[in-house]
Amino acid sequence: MYDFAYHKPSSLADAVKLLAEDPDAKPISGGMTLLPALKHRLNMPTALIDLSGIAELRGIKREGDAIVIGAMVKHFEVATDPQIMAAIPALARMAATIGDTQVRNRGTIGGSLANNDPAADYPAAALALGATLITDRRQIPADDFFVGMFTTAMEPGELLIGVSFPIPEKAGYAKLRNPASRYSMTGVFVAKGPKGVGVGVNGAASCAFRQKEMEAALAANWSPEAVANIRQPANDLNSDIHGSAEYRANLVTVMAKRAVADAG
Amino acid sequence: MNVTTHPSEGIGASVRRREDLRFLSGRGQYTDDLNRPGQLHAWILRSPYAHARIDGIDTAAAAAMPGVQAVYTAADIEAAGLGGIPCGWQVTGKGGQVMAEPMHPVLASGKVRHVGDPVAVVVAETRNQARDAAEAIAVSYTPLPALSTMAAALAPGAPLLHDDAPGNVCFDWEIGDAAATDAAFATAHKVVRFETTNNRLVPNAMEPRAAIGDYDPHSGEHTLYTTSQNPHVIRLLMGAFVLKVPEHRLRVVAPDVGGGFGSKIYHYAEEAIVTWSAAQLKRPVKWTCERSEAFLSDAHGRDHVTTAELALDREGKFLGLRVSTLANMGAYLSTFAPAVPTYLSATLLAGVYTTPAIHGQVKAVFTSTVPVDAYRGAGRPETTYLLERLVDVAAREMGMDRIEIRRKNFIRPDQFPYQTPVALQYDSGDYEATLREALRGADYAGFEARRAEAKARGRLRGIGVSTYLEACGIAPSKLVGQLGARAGLYEVANIRVHPTGSVSVFTGTHSHGQGHETTFAQLVSEQLGVPLSQVEIVHGDTGKIPFGMGTYGSRSLAVGGSAMVKAMDKIIAKGRKIAAHLLEASVEDIEFSNGQFRVAGTDRAKAFAEISMAAYVPHNYPIEEIEPGLEETAFYDPKNFTYPGGCHICEVEIDPETGEVAVVAFTACDDVGRVINPMIVEGQIQGGLAQGIGQALIENTVYDAEGQLLSASFNDYAMPRATQIPSFGVSTSTTLCTHNPLGVKGCGEVGAIGSPPAVINAVVDALRDYGVTHVEMPATPLKIWSIIHAKDGAALPAAAE
Amino acid sequence: MPQVTLTVNGKSHTVEVEARTLLVEVLREKLRLTGTHVGCDTSQCGACVVQMGEDSVKSCTILAVQADGAQVTTIEGLAAADGTLHPMQEAFREYHALQCGFCTPGMVMSAIDLVKKHPQGLSEQEIREGLEGNICRCTGYHNIVKAIAAAADVMQGRTPELARAG
Repeated sequence: MYDFAYHKPSSLADAVKLLAEDPDAKPISGGMTLLPALKHRLNMPTALIDLSGIAELRGIKREGDAIVIGAMVKHFEVATDPQIMAAIPALARMAATIGDTQVRNRGTIGGSLANNDPAADYPAAALALGATLITDRRQIPADDFFVGMFTTAMEPGELLIGVSFPIPEKAGYAKLRNPASRYSMTGVFVAKGPKGVGVGVNGAASCAFRQKEMEAALAANWSPEAVANIRQPANDLNSDIHGSAEYRANLVTVMAKRAVADAG
Repeated sequence: MNVTTHPSEGIGASVRRREDLRFLSGRGQYTDDLNRPGQLHAWILRSPYAHARIDGIDTAAAAAMPGVQAVYTAADIEAAGLGGIPCGWQVTGKGGQVMAEPMHPVLASGKVRHVGDPVAVVVAETRNQARDAAEAIAVSYTPLPALSTMAAALAPGAPLLHDDAPGNVCFDWEIGDAAATDAAFATAHKVVRFETTNNRLVPNAMEPRAAIGDYDPHSGEHTLYTTSQNPHVIRLLMGAFVLKVPEHRLRVVAPDVGGGFGSKIYHYAEEAIVTWSAAQLKRPVKWTCERSEAFLSDAHGRDHVTTAELALDREGKFLGLRVSTLANMGAYLSTFAPAVPTYLSATLLAGVYTTPAIHGQVKAVFTSTVPVDAYRGAGRPETTYLLERLVDVAAREMGMDRIEIRRKNFIRPDQFPYQTPVALQYDSGDYEATLREALRGADYAGFEARRAEAKARGRLRGIGVSTYLEACGIAPSKLVGQLGARAGLYEVANIRVHPTGSVSVFTGTHSHGQGHETTFAQLVSEQLGVPLSQVEIVHGDTGKIPFGMGTYGSRSLAVGGSAMVKAMDKIIAKGRKIAAHLLEASVEDIEFSNGQFRVAGTDRAKAFAEISMAAYVPHNYPIEEIEPGLEETAFYDPKNFTYPGGCHICEVEIDPETGEVAVVAFTACDDVGRVINPMIVEGQIQGGLAQGIGQALIENTVYDAEGQLLSASFNDYAMPRATQIPSFGVSTSTTLCTHNPLGVKGCGEVGAIGSPPAVINAVVDALRDYGVTHVEMPATPLKIWSIIHAKDGAALPAAAE
Repeated sequence: MPQVTLTVNGKSHTVEVEARTLLVEVLREKLRLTGTHVGCDTSQCGACVVQMGEDSVKSCTILAVQADGAQVTTIEGLAAADGTLHPMQEAFREYHALQCGFCTPGMVMSAIDLVKKHPQGLSEQEIREGLEGNICRCTGYHNIVKAIAAAADVMQGRTPELARAG
């Protein structure tokens, strides 16, 4: 790792100010992705702004027909929170499959969403559930938030402070893990909610995306069979030593079926 | 030896391991846990290219960086007169052609030949400073075409990796009788042909390699602390060939070592670098490998491409076997590399079968990849995989049952000693016994019902069997000398009985997970009749142990343990003389058992501790005849290899939609000879099975066409995790080794040798309805899905297309 | 340089570190608690797992400055003052759940957290899934799984003492 300055602000305002003052500073939440990258010297931030001291970024609460989760809430908390388990059990189940126990004990939902790793789990859930991403300055619908590989709609210096998930009628998740990294090779989150049906896909492409053909099919007929014959085009999907684009295309269908079955 | 049994702690008891207390409380002392006063840190700059000319190296900026004490390149190494990294084995090929043995420089000289080839070293006050400075070294390279595969290296007109290895060939070697094999094929009812690649693996012991060089300017003594399976071998190779330092000025210590699996046998450049630079700088120098660096610098394993043909008669008896293998050596010859595909692999081509005529050929090839050497099993897994897949393919083509064809060709117990057509003579075994026990343990008879039940759940279930043997306990020095080894492969034990009867055992083997401190103590406790608590096992330090060849090839008990038996025999012989004197009897009348020297047929006896005390306080002692003291050293040179074997049965379920293969049951019955500690033996087998399952299903080393390693971290190289490995049913069925005093054979590698073909045979069986006849390792989800998808779109929404 | 105060195995330490220093580097190099190991650089192997506060964490993926003020327990802090092993340590020994010992400290620390977070006990599958973040190259996991199941029984008061491993 290259050395850097370290700041641990205790308020959101201070954190935003520190980031505004230094364009080469980076926020750090759980650090589960950032620290391995720094260890490999892939990144040279001048300063790390540790968000763990900011109370405004914590907490899980129910607000009307939504669950609002603070950016610094850890995967383990999402997996075990009684409100989430009651309102969006699929989200809790999904969180329980992220990385490993120690990653879930440190990694945060905000870090995962803001990093937008193509193989991260949460973006698919945010898309499928029609979540709203809340930053220090605005609210961004999930559809507009995930822009590309490791890229979001957030501006330099903008901080994610939480995410609001509309409570669905039902939701489910299924994924196949990469045999080596154990990240999602392809995962599909399905939800039937107030805004209709959402199908979010992770791991398959450079950025999580919605599978709209499946959404339409499920809106008409909520059953695994409804998606079983829908084929994801392989054109823009990822291909690597563990999975070809065609294989991932197949997994989109298979995982969608299983996610619907998981949702019940 | 005369074996009696102490149920609690002697031979045959599952004594809990003595080394565990320190490991479980965090008090193990692995190399990176050690720090020497005034220690500096080395960082190694490695080649980013697979193959390139080095046009220049500018170290000035790096040398000026904070904390930097020295920057070394090949020029410094050459100016100091250091030798290259030696190879320990010289194979002579067809027509007496000696293998090509290109220089393996400590630091790349003139050219780099694989990604990760060391180019320069920075030594600084801290590791971060050394790494920071390494980034400031400017190396100008002219990239040359990469030779990522053996096919690329052998292509007509391929550039040469080494000027003195024409055609990028190291050797072209053969074994067996080609004419007799041709004659056998001429009479065959059927010839079955099979081609396969044995996938390249990265050993990945959990402890990354590390080394600390230290130098005492007053005595001129060098000390190297290193993660090694064989400190004396390192002292010999590095001292005699690289640094040219005599043994008495070079101490090599291998403290607690966190797994090896072969990868820590070899003498590596980093060991020479820290030892040499410590002497240059008069300060200790430490290097600790990062995992990403380990992928580019630890020797890899396997990587054989093989074609085989099996000739059978009408009844399914094997008449002849023809095998031709390309073996990847990587960029340079690692310590054991030439022996792996030849003497450790092709000599096993008979397997457990009576095939009368065999001819094997091996062409070894240089490629611009990390050197390849022995990894758990070393040559025997490759041959076992080849044979046990070939036999399944033959059964299918002959329309025979897979078990029946094996039974028809087994070497029977009454045929031992059995001379194979490929040099080895097997001493003992009972392949039917291990097969029977494994079939019973796996409920083989009930498989079809389980397959039907799985089918109802949408899963494809398959069962696979492997009946194998291997050759270990390496090895008779004269024989291996004829085969090209540049060292003897005996083992050494020094047994020091202290005055009060406690015992220190100094062994030339090394324990890096095998539990020697427990097993060897059980052996010594049993033979000398002293309590386990009175026995200490010392290993891993050339300053304490007379000599030794180390631990690999499942040799520690068969060879090292036999050396202990021989040394203890000398102790007992001397003890009988002392006892005869004290008991006023003739030596011939003194019997020794259960720690008592007794006058035969009487109750007159002296305890072991009384004899040892008399030896060190020789007031009443046959001083005219024998020397005081009670300490003996023995060198044991084995008379033959040992031949463990057995049967592994794997059951898998495949998810046809994703191609995922789950091992749902695994049963192994192995004959490892006499078992000293069943708990440790079972643990060794379980661990080997996990590595074998890893090879069969998920582990793979992938280079791209430019010679970049794509599977260069745990993110891309799949290490077996707890969810990917089943619970095992492991048992042993024993025939004794006939030529060593303990009757032991070896258990360290059988798990990794026997299991891969059992897994793939099960995978192929699971896919039998798809007409699949072979699946290459690793049988990843992608590969299985692609096979199913290509055969029939059933797993996909074919209806929609 | 930043100053960091940690309570490790019940003892408070204040150390000066560069901001880039990892928790595991403080434990190993500054406090000389070398039982916590580093087996990879991609946060996968789990040889570095320690208990921090209520949770097991990978000490190779936490900056020391992030751990400022934390209570940390390492493998060295598990046994009682009189040397009596923690039930998990005892079970690993009894069931031969370690060979080379390198992954063992992390494995034990993960296993203890796993048992604590499953007060109702654990199935074999749950144990295997709970070890997702710990790689062992020696044992094939078979005996580790058995050891954790046995230790869970002891820690949760289901049996008075460990049954001898079969």
